[in-house]
Amino acid sequence: MCRHNRHIVSIFIALLLMPLMPRLCAAGFKKGDALPDLAGFKLEGKLPDKLKGQVILLDFWASWCAPCKSSFPAMEELNKLYRDKGLTIVAVSVDEKRENMDRFLKSVAVTFATAWDAGQKLVGAADVSAMPTSFLIDRAGKIRFIHNGFRGDETIKQYKQEIELLLKEKTP
Amino acid sequence: MKNAPAFGKQSLPPARTFAWIAVGLLLMTMVGCAPVKPWQREQLADSIMQPDRDPMGSALIDHVYFSREAASGGRSVGGGGCGCN
Repeated sequence: MCRHNRHIVSIFIALLLMPLMPRLCAAGFKKGDALPDLAGFKLEGKLPDKLKGQVILLDFWASWCAPCKSSFPAMEELNKLYRDKGLTIVAVSVDEKRENMDRFLKSVAVTFATAWDAGQKLVGAADVSAMPTSFLIDRAGKIRFIHNGFRGDETIKQYKQEIELLLKEKTP
Repeated sequence: MKNAPAFGKQSLPPARTFAWIAVGLLLMTMVGCAPVKPWQREQLADSIMQPDRDPMGSALIDHVYFSREAASGGRSVGGGGCGCN
């Protein structure tokens, strides 16, 4: 095979692999990554004043997602159990229409922070693979645990173990 | 023919053919087919997107087909009708 043809065959193979590139180079939040500053994503709603040094449960949910809605009583329970020990829950809605989020939030009186990701920028940056997805962030601001989906008691048990582990760690 | 290749020597098509195939594949990667991300499924999750939103209504329609037209199935369900009830 002449050298010219070899080059063309290489280009040919590269082009065949091109559609796989987005999967291979998937971005998104991963374990060990630092949580970016949430203020930079223009979330609508009041975020907690103090996030630094806290254990954060960042949850992505939507009013059209049944498992997301069923996770709310569990998050409320977690908030009541651990907020005084240093847990902050931020539930970010990815609803396209704010009124859908508001309608659901009226039906569940929650005591943790909720915000609306109006342009779906934060969830796009997180590149979650399922709904709901939640990230547990340690006091140093690093993502330590990721939960894809909500499986009732099984997930609650995991949350409790992981939150207690993170709460025991000292603030750096 | 003066410059004709020897028998069995030219095993690959000419470079230009590869180039055209490569261009074709490049264009193929540029067309649509964007995956829907999990957070973009609001419209798909709407109840109006469900094919069977009223199970009782569907059961009644099935019964009508079964009784009057001796037809059963047709909704990915096996079986045939005798039209006897």
